[in-house]
Amino acid sequence: MKNSKLGMAAYWAVVIISLVIGGYGLYWRLTTGHILANYGQLITWGLWVAMYIYFIGLSAGAFLISALVFVFHVERFRPIARLALFTALISLLMALLFIWFDLGHMGRFYEVYSRPNFRSMMAWMVWLYTAYFVLLIFEFWFESRQDFVRCGQEKGGFNGFICRVLALGSKNTEPEGRERDERVVRVLGAIGLPLAIMFHGGVGALFGVVAARPAWHGGLFPLLFLVAALVSGGGLLMALYAWLAPNKGSEEYKSLLSDMGRLVLALVLLDVIFTFAEYSIALYGGVPGDVLPLIEIMSGPFWWVFWIGQIGLGMVVPIILLSWKRTSSSTFWVGIAGMSIVLAFVGVRLNIVIPPLSVPELQGLVNAVPSPRMTTQYIPSMMEWALGIGIVGLGLALFAIGYNLLPVKPRGDKEVMS
Amino acid sequence: MAFIPAVSQMENANVRMMEDLERAVQKPPEERRWGMVIDLTKCVACDACTVSCKAENKTPPGVNYTLVIKEEVGEYPNVRATFLPRPCMQCENPPCVEVCPVGATWKDVEGIVVIDYDVCIGCRYCITACPYGARTFDFGDWYTKGNTPMLAPYETAPTFEYGEERVREDEVSPIGNVRKCNFCIQRLHEGLLPACINDCIGRARYFGDLNDPESLVSELLRERYSFKLKEELGTSPKVFYLS
Repeated sequence: MKNSKLGMAAYWAVVIISLVIGGYGLYWRLTTGHILANYGQLITWGLWVAMYIYFIGLSAGAFLISALVFVFHVERFRPIARLALFTALISLLMALLFIWFDLGHMGRFYEVYSRPNFRSMMAWMVWLYTAYFVLLIFEFWFESRQDFVRCGQEKGGFNGFICRVLALGSKNTEPEGRERDERVVRVLGAIGLPLAIMFHGGVGALFGVVAARPAWHGGLFPLLFLVAALVSGGGLLMALYAWLAPNKGSEEYKSLLSDMGRLVLALVLLDVIFTFAEYSIALYGGVPGDVLPLIEIMSGPFWWVFWIGQIGLGMVVPIILLSWKRTSSSTFWVGIAGMSIVLAFVGVRLNIVIPPLSVPELQGLVNAVPSPRMTTQYIPSMMEWALGIGIVGLGLALFAIGYNLLPVKPRGDKEVMS
Repeated sequence: MAFIPAVSQMENANVRMMEDLERAVQKPPEERRWGMVIDLTKCVACDACTVSCKAENKTPPGVNYTLVIKEEVGEYPNVRATFLPRPCMQCENPPCVEVCPVGATWKDVEGIVVIDYDVCIGCRYCITACPYGARTFDFGDWYTKGNTPMLAPYETAPTFEYGEERVREDEVSPIGNVRKCNFCIQRLHEGLLPACINDCIGRARYFGDLNDPESLVSELLRERYSFKLKEELGTSPKVFYLS
């Protein structure tokens, strides 16, 4: 008990510090625009775009895992299904904030709705994730409706008030009502499944279609993004369940976590195959546009993001922890494996966005005019870090608030939500 | 280096191009197809084009519509410098146009790839899609802000890009937009050659209507060996290089 109180205090301390730092970032961004950013003319997308695809990947991954329950009736994972939906929603919000601040004219984002160019993968992506966003909210509501009603009736105070508001006047707590909700959730999940695949595959395609950047261009990219989403989303849910489950110590908890471990292990192994295919074929081909970014990734100044992050934390550590009998049956180590993956994929996303942009489109372009923005090197600026930390802090705050007020906690099979 | 001069020594290329231009602007816009021809054997990398473009379009630091790539080939003492001026290629199939999520950039009837500054959301997807690095983002930087007592008048003077009078101000378009060479469309419509053509000290740059067989650019392309950059990408540039 004491430990968890200390943990909560530490969590909120991190959140508040992040939000304060983020406040500075926000102030700089809103008052000086993009002047303080370190992305330039060549590496024109930086930390924020990488974080955008990171969180949107977590969202799609968590959603796809929830579909195992809602669409494919893998009841084994029922206890974390709603948490997965909620995680998908929060990650999506964070992703959208990141990409919004990256725009040159934030006030014009509505144009993607009012005058879309559907020959652009970006327009498709925005429309698809908007549809996905709306669907997520409906699916989450129908999945939680009866719990909102119950909590509204049983709880007083602020939490009860929130539940009554979210119940939207609904009163029905009968089993027939639940059956109807489950049918709706099943239909929404079935629509959401291809939607999530399309929109996250679409994010991959957004990069894959760019023929001007050989390291992005290719058919593997949408698939690579989907695998990355599943691995990172699965890792996140595994870590969350390991720490947040109410029935720690029970057989059910241990067996569910070890099942998740097996699922995530399989996904990590799939990711190994995809990553190997992507890298080995590009390196073998020897075309400079393909090879130079990979050399930069593997032996440039940020080699450790690849070797320690992507390979170490993202592959070696989870593969060992999840396949070695002693650790794979320890809930603590399974949680660590999940966290290790979540951390590693920050590196994966950075390496997808930045190094392929660091190769000048024409040889000698960088030296043609003296400009600090025309450079092959990129390190995010203070403003970029600060705003990024703030958005992550906001996401953590929203997650914690929602987790405490909404019926999203992981549960035991027979346990009734309160 | 032997080559057949396409322009006779007696003829002033700029006068000839002005006449070509006059003929072209009398045609309906959809019948014109503007193109540029750059003679690499004449370029001396003086950057007069870069500077005249800056003066015409008042582009801020980091924003360059045209520039000259300078490279050294070989090892001392057997070296040679090569120069490659690079404006926007005004592709027939511009990949930058395809990717714009809001249709803020398009190929106009005269074949010039233009940007509507009041629509562009500044996502910079087009910068990643351009195979020539011809697009740059206006970050809002100034040459003389902060480091000098006052903002120099040349930074606050209005520009007439796309025929619109605009004064560059913080947080107002074109700041926060992607910008690119547009063959000085505002000058063409007034019967003037693009600034870089006018000011090339070596007469290495030529401009005109590719649809007009009588134009100097058409003649040069008939008579000389020419190539285009990264033709294999299917972009079909309208900037040709003579070598």
